[in-house]
Amino acid sequence: MSSALVFQTAAALSDQLGARKVSAVELAQACLAQVRATDDRIHAFLSVDEADILAQAGAADARRAAGQARGPLDGVPVGLKDVIAVRGQPLTCGSRMLEKFVSPYDATAAIGLKNAGAVLFGRANMDEFAMGSSTENSAFQTTSNPWDVTRIPGGSSGGSAAAVAAGQVPVSLGSDTGGSIRQPAALCGIVGLKPTYGLISRYGLVAYASSLDQIGPFAHTVEDAALVLQAIAGHDVNDSTSFRTEIPDYRAELAKRRGPWRLGVPKEYFGAGLAPEVRASVEKAIAWYRAQGCEIREVSLPHTEYAVAAYYIIATAEASSNLARFDGIRYTHRSPKATDAVDIYHHSRAEGFGSEVKRRIILGTYVLSSGYYDAYYGRAQKVRTLIRQDFLNAFREVDALLTPTSPTVAFKKGEKTANPLEMYLADIFTISLNLAGLPGVSVPCGFSPEGLPIGLQIVGRPFQEADLLAIAHAYEQAHDFHTKHPVL
Amino acid sequence: MVNNPSPSSYEAVIGLEVHVQLKTRSKMFTRVATGFGAPPNTLTDPVVLALPGTLPVMNKEALDKIIQTGLLLGCEIAPVCKWDRKNYFYPDSPKNYQISQYDQPICLRGSVEIELPGAARNIMGEHVTIPLTRIHLEEDVGKLNHGVAESLIDYNRAGTPLMELVTDPALKSADEAFAFLTALRMILVAAGISDCDMEKGQMRCDANISIRPVGAEKLGTKVELKNLNSISFVRDGIAHEIQRQTAVVLGGGTIRQETRDFDGQTGTSQSLRSKEMAHDYRYFPDPDLMPVKVDEVWKTQLRAGLPELPFAKQRRFYAEYQLPYTITSVLVPDRALSDYFEETAKLAGAGRAQAVGNWIANDLLRELGAAGLEIAAAKVRPAHIAALVALVDAGTISSSSAKEVFAEMAQSGELPEAIVERRGLRQSTDTGELEVWCREAIAGNAKAVAEFKAGNEKAINSFKGAVMKAGKGKANPKLVDEVLRKLLAEG
Repeated sequence: MSSALVFQTAAALSDQLGARKVSAVELAQACLAQVRATDDRIHAFLSVDEADILAQAGAADARRAAGQARGPLDGVPVGLKDVIAVRGQPLTCGSRMLEKFVSPYDATAAIGLKNAGAVLFGRANMDEFAMGSSTENSAFQTTSNPWDVTRIPGGSSGGSAAAVAAGQVPVSLGSDTGGSIRQPAALCGIVGLKPTYGLISRYGLVAYASSLDQIGPFAHTVEDAALVLQAIAGHDVNDSTSFRTEIPDYRAELAKRRGPWRLGVPKEYFGAGLAPEVRASVEKAIAWYRAQGCEIREVSLPHTEYAVAAYYIIATAEASSNLARFDGIRYTHRSPKATDAVDIYHHSRAEGFGSEVKRRIILGTYVLSSGYYDAYYGRAQKVRTLIRQDFLNAFREVDALLTPTSPTVAFKKGEKTANPLEMYLADIFTISLNLAGLPGVSVPCGFSPEGLPIGLQIVGRPFQEADLLAIAHAYEQAHDFHTKHPVL
Repeated sequence: MVNNPSPSSYEAVIGLEVHVQLKTRSKMFTRVATGFGAPPNTLTDPVVLALPGTLPVMNKEALDKIIQTGLLLGCEIAPVCKWDRKNYFYPDSPKNYQISQYDQPICLRGSVEIELPGAARNIMGEHVTIPLTRIHLEEDVGKLNHGVAESLIDYNRAGTPLMELVTDPALKSADEAFAFLTALRMILVAAGISDCDMEKGQMRCDANISIRPVGAEKLGTKVELKNLNSISFVRDGIAHEIQRQTAVVLGGGTIRQETRDFDGQTGTSQSLRSKEMAHDYRYFPDPDLMPVKVDEVWKTQLRAGLPELPFAKQRRFYAEYQLPYTITSVLVPDRALSDYFEETAKLAGAGRAQAVGNWIANDLLRELGAAGLEIAAAKVRPAHIAALVALVDAGTISSSSAKEVFAEMAQSGELPEAIVERRGLRQSTDTGELEVWCREAIAGNAKAVAEFKAGNEKAINSFKGAVMKAGKGKANPKLVDEVLRKLLAEG
C-alpha cells in the first residue's frame, strides 16, 4: 500500500511541507518505501543512498524549523539521471567504464537544486552515456515502463522518467540530446521539458554531444517542471555555452500568460510512420487549442527529413571526441589484460563500452576523418543551420508549434534492439529541436487503446520557456491525463 | 662547366615551430594556477584532469598575451578567436584531445627581426627579418615520468596556455635559428608574455630542415627535428642535421621524410617515426567554447600597453644617447635593465648617458652577478649612479675613487656624496699642496725628467702616478697635469 504522499505533485508536497503537515524526512521515507516496493519491477534507480537522502531531508526539516526554508523545493526529493555529477555520489553514466567512479564535484544544476533545498535522490538508470531511446543500452539494468513492465520507458533518461511515473520521486532531472527527456516523458505519461540550449549549465553533465545536450526536468505537471527549472536555469561562469538571459518566475508566469496563441502544426510531422492512436490524440489536442480561440496554422519545416541524418553525424562526431577521455589511464575502468599505454586504451575501451557506444564512436570517428569532414560533418552543420532557419521562419507566424513527441507509444523490450536504425527513428520528432537549440516540452495528451500514454510536444521560441510552459499548462489543466497513474 | 658536387653545392631551408608557455596566473581553460616545480599533480582540478562533465572556459589573460604578441610582431589579428579540438590519444593528454586552433589561428603572418653574429663580439651583426606563417593558442600537456616497470604522469603542466609560433621556411642556417630564438625570447620576455626559460620548458623548439642545390626553387624533403631543449641545442641540432643530409645526398642517397630526435649531449640524432605514421587529428570546432570576437577597441587597449621592440630600442639608444654597441647589446635584451638605464640617464642629465651606460653595463652588472641578484633587488638605484657620475664629472672625485665609492654603495646602499665625505675622497684642488707633491715627484725621478725634456710626452705619466700616490687619489688629474707641465717648463 503506497503512502498518500506518493504521486503527489511537488507543488502540493511543497505546500504540505510549508504547512508542517509533513516533514521532509517523512516524505523521503515515503519515496524510499515506494522505491523498495516497486523498483524490483521498474529498475529506475542504479543506486539510492538512503542515509544520505535522510540526512539531506533532516537538514531541510532543520532549516524549516529555524525559519530558513529556501523556497518551494526545500525538502522535495529530486531524482537525478546518473549522468549529472553530485559530489560524493556515483556517476556511472550507465557504463561499465565508470562503474566505480564517484564524482568529487557537483554539477552546476546539482548546486542549483542544493541551493533550493531539494533532496538529491538516487542515481537514475539511463542508456549508456545517454545513447539510446529505450534505456536498454544501460550496462546494468533495463528499466521498465511503469504502465506496462514488458515495455521500455523510452530513453535515454528512462530511469528518471520511470521514477516519476512510478511515484518514486515527484520530480527528476534528465538530459536531452535528441529527445532523451521528451520521448521517455511521453512514453511514461508525464511532463518532460528540454530547455533552450544554453539556459541550463552543462557543467557537470557528462557530455554525449556538447552542442546538443541539455539538462531538463521530469514532473507530473507543468507547474512542477517550472519549479525545478527555476532552480537550475541561468548563466554559469563554468560553461561558456550558457547564456546570459533574464530568468523570469516561471511558476508565476504560468497563470499570467494566457492565450489565445497562434500555434503552428508542421505538416512534416504528420506523415507516414506516425501511429494512428498517436495522431488521433495529438489532433484532438490541436482541436482543443483551436476551440480555446487559438489560431491554428499549418506550417512547413522543409528540412525535417534531413534531421536524423544530420543529428547522427554531429552527435557521433562530438561523442567520439568527448568519450576519448574514458581511456583507462586515470579514473575509468582499466583492463587487467593491459600491459602498456596503447594496450590500456584498447582493452579498457573494448571492455568498458557497450556496443551502441562503440557504434557511435566509430561513426563519429569516421565522419571527422581526413577527407570525409566536408562531406559529412561540414554538410551536417549546414543542414543544421537550415533546420534552425526553418523553425525561426515558422516563429515569425506562430508562437509555438504542436507535434507528436514520439511516433509510437512505448514499444516492447527487445523489439528494436536488433535494428539500431529503427531505434534511431524513435527520436524523429524530437531531434530537430536539439539541432535548432529550441525548447520543447512533452505533456500527456491521451492513452492508446491498450492504455499506454501519448505525449504532445510543444516547441517554443528560444529562451521563451515561460510562454512554452504557459501554453502547455493551459492544456494540461483543462485535461486530466496528468492525474492518471499506473497501477503497480 | 660542371663542378663536382660538394657540401657548398647545397643550401639549407629551415622552418621553426616554437612553443612558448604564456606567463598567466591561471591555466588556459580553468582557474587553477600555472607553475613549475610544484609537487606532482597539485596544480590540477576537475577540468585539468578531464573528469567527466567538466567544461573549459577560456582564460582572457592568455588571449590578451597572444594578441599582444601578434601586435608586437606585426601579425594580422583574426577578428574572431575560434577553438578546435585536435584528437589523439596519449597519456599526457587528459582529454585525449587538445584544444587548439586549426584553420583560423589568432595571428597570421608578421615577422621577427634577428641579429646574426657579428665579426666579433663587440661588432654588430647583420639584421635579417624572418617572416612568420602563423601563431596560435593552445593548451600544454602533462609530463610522463618513465620508470622501469611503470610510468607516472604529472598533470601540473597540463592546460598551461601555450602559444605555437610557426615561421615560414625562411631560415638558412643554424646561426639564423639561434639568432631567431634569441630575438624572440628577448621580445617575449621584455613584453612580459613569457619567461621563455627553456630549462623549465617554457620555450620549446622543433625544426623542419631540408637541403636543396644552391639556387634551386623546389624544396627538398624535410626532416623534423625534435627535443631541441636549449637554444644551443637548436643550433647544434640543425647544424648536425644539415651535415647529415648533405652527406646522405653527396653519398648518392635520398632524404626520407621523418621525425628525428636530437640528443644535445652526444650531438647525434635518431629517427623517431616516418611519415607513414602521421596522425589524422580529426580537427573540428570545439563545441564547448564559443568563438570570441576581437574588436578594434580591445586591440587598441592592448596596443597601448606594448613595450618598444628590443632592436628598435637599441637603435634609439644609439641615436639618443650615443651608446656604443657593446653597451646597448648588454642593456637592451633586459627590459628592467634598459628601463633602469633610461631612468638613470634622465636623472644624470645631458651628456652623461655614456658614463651611466658604462657604470650599469660594467660595474653594476658585475656587482649583481657576484651577489646573484636581479636588478630590482640592487641597492644601487638610478639616483646613486646619477649622483656618482655627477661627482666624477664635476671633478669632485677621481675615477679611481669613484670605483671605491661604487663598491661601497653597492654593499651599503649609502648615497655617494655621503661616502665621499665620510671617507674624505674629495679631490684636492689646493694648488699649494699639489705643487709640493709635484715637486717631490719631479725631484725623485731625474730619468723621467730627462726623457720628457727629450720630447717623450709619455714620461709625464710616471710623475702623475707618484702624485696620485702621494695624494692618496684625491689629486685632481687635470690640475696635476697643469702643475707638472708648469714645473717641468720652469725647471
